[in-house]
Amino acid sequence: MRVVVQAEAFDAGAELNAFSAQAAGAGAVVSFTGLVRDNGGALSMMEIEHYPGMTEKAIAAMMDQAAARWALVDALVIHRFGRLAGADPIMMVAVASKHRVDAFEAAEFLMDYLKSRAPFWKKEISATGGAWVAARDEDEAALKRW
Amino acid sequence: MIEVIYFAWLRERIGVPRESLQTAALTVADLVAELSAREERYALAFGDLASVRVALDQELADFAAPLAGVREVAFFPPMTGG
Repeated sequence: MRVVVQAEAFDAGAELNAFSAQAAGAGAVVSFTGLVRDNGGALSMMEIEHYPGMTEKAIAAMMDQAAARWALVDALVIHRFGRLAGADPIMMVAVASKHRVDAFEAAEFLMDYLKSRAPFWKKEISATGGAWVAARDEDEAALKRW
Repeated sequence: MIEVIYFAWLRERIGVPRESLQTAALTVADLVAELSAREERYALAFGDLASVRVALDQELADFAAPLAGVREVAFFPPMTGG
């Protein structure tokens, strides 16, 4: 299992191929890639702040929880911080397991927790200034199903 | 001494990313009250605690949590990762 928190861009396709190739014994790989939403060109940049140290620990703890609940072969989380441009990949989750249900559920679990329990904060920067993205009640509520 | 770290709009309102403080506060809530009484910028940042989260030594905690033995306190808004 691997957690990567980095400022640099990443190639989601290449990461997924490499992840799948080394997931020995897996019969299913589910992945999700989150992109900077480009609202018709209105959003020019996104600035992501995080809490170095806690971020890696919090994500590793989520992965441990996922591994305890589902039969996983491997899991990967990549999350960027710093300045991102519209349509840039922000983050990706990939989960490998023997069967697809475990892979889908574990990937959703990790996504739900990354949204509300990994210490990242997004700021949208447009021509008119910056605005911190507010946490959504739906994202908090999504944790209850687990 | 305790290390206090601020993120996102709390950092912007308080004006520093981190500071080392001498405090007699027993709990997180005491520390918030002490800082808010100290200067207006803290009072503004901590005005609505429903939108503030806290971590003690990099683990999420609540405002009633004791500060004994804690080295690092972080204040931040609800997280928006993913």
